[in-house]
Amino acid sequence: MDLYAENILDHFRHPHRKAALTRHSVELQEKNPSCGDSLTLMLRMKKNTIEDVGWEGEGCAISQASMSILADALIGKTIEAAQALSPKDILAMLGVEVGPRRLKCALLSLHALRNALRKFQNLPPTPWREVLPNA
Amino acid sequence: MFQMLCYSPLALDIPSIRRQFPILSQRIGAYPLVYLDNAATTQKPKTVLDAMTHFYETSNANPHRGLYPLADRATQAYEDARSRVATFIHATRPEEIVFTKSTTESINIIAKCWGRTLRAGDVIALSVLEHHSNIVPWLQLKEERGIDIAWIDADGTGRLNMETLEKILGEKHVKLLSLSALSNVLGTAPPLQDIIAMAHRAQCLVLLDAAQAVAHHPIDVRELDADFLAFSSHKLYGPTGIGVLWGRERLLDAMPPMLGGGMMIDEVDCDHFTFAEIPQRFEGGTPPVADAVGLHAAIDWLTQFPWQEIEMHERSLLTTAQNELSKIEGLSILGGTSQERSGSLSFTLDGIHPHDLAELLGQRGICVRAGHHCAQPLHRHFAAPASTRLSVALYNTEEEIFALAAAIQEILPPFR
Repeated sequence: MDLYAENILDHFRHPHRKAALTRHSVELQEKNPSCGDSLTLMLRMKKNTIEDVGWEGEGCAISQASMSILADALIGKTIEAAQALSPKDILAMLGVEVGPRRLKCALLSLHALRNALRKFQNLPPTPWREVLPNA
Repeated sequence: MFQMLCYSPLALDIPSIRRQFPILSQRIGAYPLVYLDNAATTQKPKTVLDAMTHFYETSNANPHRGLYPLADRATQAYEDARSRVATFIHATRPEEIVFTKSTTESINIIAKCWGRTLRAGDVIALSVLEHHSNIVPWLQLKEERGIDIAWIDADGTGRLNMETLEKILGEKHVKLLSLSALSNVLGTAPPLQDIIAMAHRAQCLVLLDAAQAVAHHPIDVRELDADFLAFSSHKLYGPTGIGVLWGRERLLDAMPPMLGGGMMIDEVDCDHFTFAEIPQRFEGGTPPVADAVGLHAAIDWLTQFPWQEIEMHERSLLTTAQNELSKIEGLSILGGTSQERSGSLSFTLDGIHPHDLAELLGQRGICVRAGHHCAQPLHRHFAAPASTRLSVALYNTEEEIFALAAAIQEILPPFR
């Protein structure tokens, strides 16, 4: 399916949850150094559960739509469930075929999520290669 | 600026030039290949590919080592290439030409070998136009030796602020100014000759990063009065894997080697070595001989055309590009429109990120570059996180520029 399917462009033009949270438990920025795309993810946790999500960012339609779609999906998820999200899950949410060229764009959101959760648990961040084994 | 040559006007036969590039005849799906990413790397004419194959088929051996006729041929081919590069940039002697693997390596040799004499507080001057390969080696020296870096800023058109330069040169003892001879983003060139004269009055050496300039304008290192110059073969219609460092003989001669190994030594015993003369001193390891042969062929190929014709053709392509792109709503050219532009032109477009634009152009067979083009400080200067760049070569046509502009118009609507 076309990379620029209507749902991707919809999320790009009208991103969901793209706003800073006034109260959040953790905030984390990740960048794609090869293109400069950036995402700042904010999570509000209630005990072990993601209660609210907000984000800010700049970048291509793929990276921004991916964050927008993932932000919706995170609400109500436990830390464990969010941590278990795989690159395959993110690509399935996007619903389009992402080639190797744009894989990093599509997975910047997951990279930010994983490191936000780690930061929340006082763990050191993981590098890109954890998200993208062949990057 | 660059040396301008005068020739009687003789229009270039672009269709015939294109036929000499095997890669250009392919299609990407239903679309003809439109290659407008020449600042990243140029395509290679058949004569370059043939010269390299011929070398491997007839003359391959390790140069400067074997004692048999084949090794002589390899040595001859390698040293002929060195002499050809020397005449191409008007170096005084072939020994001033060091073969490296890239512009990046050439600049690194200066930073790491010439830079070994620098001490904390010494100053290197750079401009905001620079490519990362002319920034990072100096930042490494800053970390390692505590040198300072002085930055020359630019105005909204990308013109360097000469007052800043004057001030830097006047107030500090700047040891070296390392400067792009042609911006890989804006396609504009600083007034090189004036700047070099200013630097020399302040006893400051000048290194020119000619990676972009070399395919678009004649370069005469003696007329420019530069001290060091770096460029790559692959942006000059030659193969990847080989670059050039030119330096004044007395400066190169005073520098220690960077890589230790074969070829770069004079004598080695168990606890001591002395290094070879220039240029071998900087060429440790078996050199890229076939690539040198390819570079030689590329220079021969390019210089069969009068520089004035090359400059006119490429300028007219960029003028057409500026005219066509300016018709697109929400498009801004970094640095604004300019008649002085050569090589590259970069722009931003409201509503669509450069990566998406480049992806969708790519699907239509059109190759452009998207991102920061290894020039983050310059993009910060223009407050643009990324841009889309088109860059031209001798084989590009007006039709390709029209195809680019039409494709952008087609791609845009769903993003707005």
